[in-house]
Amino acid sequence: MSILEVENLSVSFKSYTDGFKEINHKVISSLSVALEAGEILAVVGASGSGKSLLAHAILGILPSNASISGSIKYKDEELTAARLATLRGKELALVPQSVNFLDPLMRVGSQVRTAANGGDAVSAQRKVFERYHLGKEVENMYPFQLSGGMARRTLLSTAMVSGAKVIIADEPTPGLDPVVIKEALSNFREFADNGCAVMLITHDIESALQIADKIAVFYAGTTVEIASVKDFVGKGEAIRHPYTKALWRALPQNEFIPIPGSQPHPSSLPSGCLFAPRCEMATPECEQAQPEMRELRDGMVRCIHAT
Amino acid sequence: MKSVRMVTLLVAICLISFLLVKNSPIDPIQAYIGADMLKVGPEQREKIAEYWGLDEPVIVQFFNWGSAVLAGDLGTSMIYRQPVIEVIGERFFNSLALMLSAWLLSGVVGFVMGVVAAMKKGTWIDRIIKWYCFTLASTPTFWMGLLVLMVFAVWLGWFPIGMGVPAGVLAEDVTLMDRIQHLILPVLTLSILGVANVALHTRQKLIDVMASDYVLFARARGEKGFVLFWRHGLRNVALPAITLQFAAFSELFGGAVLAEQVFSYPGLGQATVEAGLRGDVPLLLGLVIFSTIFVFVGNLLADLSYRVLDPRTREVRK
Ligand SMILES: Nc1ncnc2c1ncn2[C@@H]1O[C@H](COP(=O)(O)OP(=O)(O)OP(=O)(O)O)[C@@H](O)[C@H]1O
Ligand code: SF4
Ligand SMILES: [Mg+2]
Repeated sequence: MSILEVENLSVSFKSYTDGFKEINHKVISSLSVALEAGEILAVVGASGSGKSLLAHAILGILPSNASISGSIKYKDEELTAARLATLRGKELALVPQSVNFLDPLMRVGSQVRTAANGGDAVSAQRKVFERYHLGKEVENMYPFQLSGGMARRTLLSTAMVSGAKVIIADEPTPGLDPVVIKEALSNFREFADNGCAVMLITHDIESALQIADKIAVFYAGTTVEIASVKDFVGKGEAIRHPYTKALWRALPQNEFIPIPGSQPHPSSLPSGCLFAPRCEMATPECEQAQPEMRELRDGMVRCIHAT
Repeated sequence: MKSVRMVTLLVAICLISFLLVKNSPIDPIQAYIGADMLKVGPEQREKIAEYWGLDEPVIVQFFNWGSAVLAGDLGTSMIYRQPVIEVIGERFFNSLALMLSAWLLSGVVGFVMGVVAAMKKGTWIDRIIKWYCFTLASTPTFWMGLLVLMVFAVWLGWFPIGMGVPAGVLAEDVTLMDRIQHLILPVLTLSILGVANVALHTRQKLIDVMASDYVLFARARGEKGFVLFWRHGLRNVALPAITLQFAAFSELFGGAVLAEQVFSYPGLGQATVEAGLRGDVPLLLGLVIFSTIFVFVGNLLADLSYRVLDPRTREVRK
C-alpha cells in the first residue's frame, strides 16, 4: 500500500510578459510517483527539473501564483488543504533545500524545538544535535553564524524531532562531511525500516543508489522512469529510459560520457516526448505526442520505444 | 567618522543660516526695538548696532559668534531678551513632550495598522488602511492642524484652542493635567499624519516576510495564524519598523514646527519661526544647532537600535 501517492500532478506559474500578456509556464506536467511505507524513494533529476516544487506541492507551500492540478493522496485519502493543515509537521515533514528556510532572527535551537511534537522539546533537540555532531553552543546561534554543513544538519534535525511518518528531504547532503552523510543516510534507513517512508531528493545518483530502494528520474518537470536500484548495474542494460541510461553512463566510474544538449526550459517545451531533442533513439513518432507512463519489467517508463 | 561629518555639517548649516539671515530684508535693530522704532534716533541706532556688533563685516560677526559658541555661550536672544540657552531649554521641554508622544503614538498605531493590513491583505480593511495612508501622506500638516483644531476645539469644545498652558493662570498654578490637555490636539495632528509612513512600510515588509522561505518552512512544520505571525512575522518586521521610526525624527521635527505654529504651542518650532521672521540671529542659530543635533541623534539611535536589536550585527561584535 502506498503511503503517499502523487498522480498526474501539474504545476504552472502565471507570469506576465510586456506587462499585459499573461502566460502560463508549466513547470511540472503529468507527474506520478508513489511512496511506500518502509521504503526510501530517491528522486533524481537535473537542476530545474521540478524536484523542489514537487516537495512543496506535497506540503502545500507553493507560492500563491502557482496553480496546481492532479491528485495527492496520503494513506489513500486525498490530501486536501484542510487535511494537510492537520498533518503538516506532524505526519509529513520537510527538510528544505537551503539555509534561507531558517528564520534569520531566531536561535536555531528554538527553531528545532518548535518542530518537536509533544514530549520534552529541549531534550529532543539536544539529542538530535548530538547525533549530528552539533556542539552544545550551536543551539544558541543564529542561522547566519552556521556553516553550510551546520545549517543542513539543523534542517535535518527539524524533521528528525518531528516524529513524522513521511520525510521529504530536499537535497539534504551537499556540504556535509562523509561521517555526517553516513549518519544522516543511516538515519533515513532506520526511519524507513520502522515503517515510515522517505523521499530523498538529490541530483547525486551515486549516493542515492547506496541507500534508496527505488529511484524516480525527473526530466523537465515530469517522471521519465521509476526503477528499482537493482536495475543500476553493469552497462545499465536493465534501465528502461534513454535519459536514465545516459545519466548512468555519464557517471565517472562508468563510461563518463556527458549527455549532449540541455534540458528544455518550461517556456519552450517540445510538443512530443520531452527528451526527443536529445534522444539517440528518437523517431518521428516520438514527436507526435508525449508518451504515457507505462509499466515495464516491474518498473515504470515514459518512452514508446523502451523494452 | 560620524562625529566629523556631524561637525562639518553643523558648521556649514550655521554659516548658511547666518548668511541667509544677514541678507534678508529684516532689520535686526528694528526687530530688537520692536514697535517703538519711531522714538529711536539715528544715534541710538548706531549704539545698538555697536552693542550687538552689527557694525562689523558679516564674516567677522560670524567668527565672533562662532568663538563665543565654542566657549559655550550661545548669546542672548534679541526678542526674548534672555540667554538663548534658556529660551531653548524651556521650549525644548515642551517640544520634547509633544514630539515624544507623537512619536510613540504614531509608531505604535502605524505598526499595528501595517500588521493588520498585511495579514488581511486584499480585504476591505487592508484597502481602507492603504487609502488612509496614501491620502494622509500627502496632507499638509498645517491643514490637518486647522481641521483638528476646528473639529475638536471649536465645534466640539473638548480641548483648549491653543497655547501650552491656560491663558490668565499663574505659572505655578498650571497643573500637569492642564499641560496634557494642551498637548493632545497637536499630538493628534502629528500622529494622524505620522502613521502613514510606518504603516505602509510595515505592511509591505510583512507581506514580504510572510512570503519568505522561512515562513514557508514554518508553515510546512504546521505553524499557522497568530503563532506563525508571533514567532516569525513580528520579530522580522519590528526591526525595520523601529529603525524607520527613529530615522523619521527629522520629519517629526519639521511637522512639529508647523503644528506648533497652528496651535500657538510654545515649543522649539514656534520659536524658530519667530526668530526667523524677526531676525533674531542668535536665537535662530542656536535653534539651528540644536535641531541639527536632535535629528542627528535620531539617526544615531536608529543605527544603534539596529546594532542592538539585530543579532546579525550584535553577535558578530562578541
Ligand atoms: N516561484 C516560481 N515562479 C516561476 N517559476 C518557478 C518558481 N519556482 C520554480 N520555478 C521554476 O520551476 C522549475 C523547477 O524548479 P525546482 O526548484 O523544482 O527545480 P529543482 O529540480 O529543485 O532544481 P535544483 O536541483 O536546482 O534544486 C524551474 O524551471 C524553475 O525556474
Ligand atoms: S519516446 Fe522517443 S524520444 Fe522519447 S525517450 Fe523514448 S525514444 Fe527517446
Ligand atoms: Mg531544488
